[in-house]
Amino acid sequence: MPAVEVPTEKWTGRVHEVRLGGNGRKSVVVGGEATLPFLQFEGSFPNKPLIAIEVQDCEPKDWSPHLIAAWGDVLSDPGAWAKKAVELGADIIALRLRSAHPEEGDTGADEAKRNTDKVLSAVDIPVIILGPEVAEKDNEVLVAASDVARGQRIALGNCLEKNHRTIAATCIADGHVAIAKTPIEINLAKQLNILLCDVGLSPDAILMDPTTGALGYGIEYTYSVMERLRLAALGGDAMTAMPMICTVGEESWRQKESKFAEGLPASWGEHEERSLIWEEVTASILLNSGADIVVLRHPKTVALVKAAIDKLVSA
Amino acid sequence: MALTGIEIYKFLPKTNCKECGFPTCLAFAMKLAAKGVELSLCPYVSDEAKEALETASRPPIRLITIGSGERKIEVGNEVVMFRHEKTFYHPPGFVVRLKDTDPADEIAKLVDEVTSYSVERVGMELSLDGFAIENDSKNGGGFVKCVELVKSKTDLPLILMSSDLPAMDQALEKVASSKPLIYAATKENCDQMAELAKKHQCPLAVYEPESLSELAGLVEQVTGAGVEDVVLDPGARDFGQSLTTLTQLRRLALKKSFRLLGYPIITFPGEGATSVEEEALLAGQQVAKYAGIIVLDRFSPTVSYPLLTLRLNIYTDPQKPIQMAPGIYEIGSSKPDSPLCVTTNFSLTYFSIAGELESSGFPSWLLVCDTEGLSVLTAWAAGKFDAERIAKTVKEFNVAERISHRSVILPGHVAVLRGELEEELPDWKIMVGPREAVDVGGFLKQQWAG
Repeated sequence: MPAVEVPTEKWTGRVHEVRLGGNGRKSVVVGGEATLPFLQFEGSFPNKPLIAIEVQDCEPKDWSPHLIAAWGDVLSDPGAWAKKAVELGADIIALRLRSAHPEEGDTGADEAKRNTDKVLSAVDIPVIILGPEVAEKDNEVLVAASDVARGQRIALGNCLEKNHRTIAATCIADGHVAIAKTPIEINLAKQLNILLCDVGLSPDAILMDPTTGALGYGIEYTYSVMERLRLAALGGDAMTAMPMICTVGEESWRQKESKFAEGLPASWGEHEERSLIWEEVTASILLNSGADIVVLRHPKTVALVKAAIDKLVSA
Repeated sequence: MALTGIEIYKFLPKTNCKECGFPTCLAFAMKLAAKGVELSLCPYVSDEAKEALETASRPPIRLITIGSGERKIEVGNEVVMFRHEKTFYHPPGFVVRLKDTDPADEIAKLVDEVTSYSVERVGMELSLDGFAIENDSKNGGGFVKCVELVKSKTDLPLILMSSDLPAMDQALEKVASSKPLIYAATKENCDQMAELAKKHQCPLAVYEPESLSELAGLVEQVTGAGVEDVVLDPGARDFGQSLTTLTQLRRLALKKSFRLLGYPIITFPGEGATSVEEEALLAGQQVAKYAGIIVLDRFSPTVSYPLLTLRLNIYTDPQKPIQMAPGIYEIGSSKPDSPLCVTTNFSLTYFSIAGELESSGFPSWLLVCDTEGLSVLTAWAAGKFDAERIAKTVKEFNVAERISHRSVILPGHVAVLRGELEEELPDWKIMVGPREAVDVGGFLKQQWAG
């Protein structure tokens, strides 16, 4: 019988471990990998990737009817929504402060504090707070949320190049983690990590959001940028070695494949099932390229992706 | 792995006779290394050198063809572990499995559905690739009949799955000319299966779940018997095993040039899954992670469409991004008075802005200019997205006839083009939109509706 010696890679680097939660709140650790995703035959993969469920601070009226039906009446109450998310298997709650968006109500710091507090008191798992993705408003509401959650080590996003000083400062002051978001480009991702470390944020208080492209909408770019970031990290580049987070639910549910139920070709198949598979496949592919946290929307996706992660880590 | 020019030069006569058409043997060697010419141009190369060069230039993963004609499956010949290192060349074939115990009318219907299934994406028609017919009845005659039935209804490639040697032989008698894949040689029957593969000139799958060493041993046995076209089934069925084993096989082939395992891999995601969704998820993983043929246990457009989309995405050459065909696109149910935005034909740019327009609640028109696949800023910097080109595109696609107004919205990043574009399109109002696609909804609310 021919002798087969499987080649293994001798990686020198390791992904930083980032802890969320603590101080009375349950805590989780992501990152720490010394090998490519799930390849435990050649290196340690100490923390399995986690699932965050997205919760919004105002009722998401434009969401797909399938999402609305799945969540029911908790959608109008972020606290109740977060509680239900925990029951349905969330490891982390990702609260989107959408009402602060100028088009969605333009609420300010007070509302952000109130809703952050609601979610923090409703659940005891770690929390991520996401701004409305409008630079000035992000700063206002994220700083407010940071203050309410002081010491509970939440993650705050998005931290972009233009507001990184503000977000880094508030993370340092209140003991939180920054989500550094860059537009699908390896050098920009590294650059932002360097800027954050330069202003004093510890590398173990940074998560990278490489910007998610959904299946059919640029997933191959995200996939390859994440593979390259992870390979660089394992090759010893500490400034690309931050755990990665992908906003899978948001990106897949906004696409035509999920958005519209009618007027589409029969070759696209059945609407609800297709929407779910769109989110599930996007999640699974990005987990295979190095995602440490995937932010999901549909409870069925959560269950399926969770089961797949368990099967991948138990190999 | 491929040899360098200098390495090839060592095998040449070094006489500089020029009969190959090149001034020196070194020049010829360089051209050979670049795969620009055939070694046969040299009349004096020794047989020994020929064999050494052919062995060295053999691809690390053999290219295997299943089926014949236009829709044959070609897999293998991959050269990298990660698509960004170069590209993935031969997309895995999606094959639908049916069983000879299924009622004939259901089989006929399924074969028609799968054969004619086609879905359009970025101007490409995507479709499924074949059928695996499993001898579940344990009845040889039934299997042969089923193979004949399927063959009579489709030109798509077939995989014949049976351990009944006479039945396999009879089925091959009927369909061997269309080069089906024989599944599978095992420890128990590998000599006989290899005989059948040789007799009928068809590729042979080798199944051995015990270990990679035993798999390699079995491959050695069938290739030793003269079978050249092999497909591997290492028996890795669930998510974790599949990822680990397929990664190891790809590495052995590429990094160790391990010939005995340098073949494409067949997977059965349905056997590692408990539901149709899970099968889709595992099949998706196998598209990205190293499968050559993926046998699906169920056919449904709901699953096929995302999987075909994923395959298209992962197997896109990173050096040559997918381009949108230039033209005017309807986003939502646009009407003549809907807003008109202009953008470039880089697919990611198109999808960003189209996605935002889609979710903005404003049905709109999106005019895509041919910028040779570059994004807005890059195309502008390269002189491929200027006022002249935009104006030309407006005229070329008769935009003025499709819409009732005369306003066009430019991406904010190329606001500088406004003046020139006003000169090029004197009857038009040139509006400057936001820099980022994500802000287009807000922009339309304020500037268009307001």
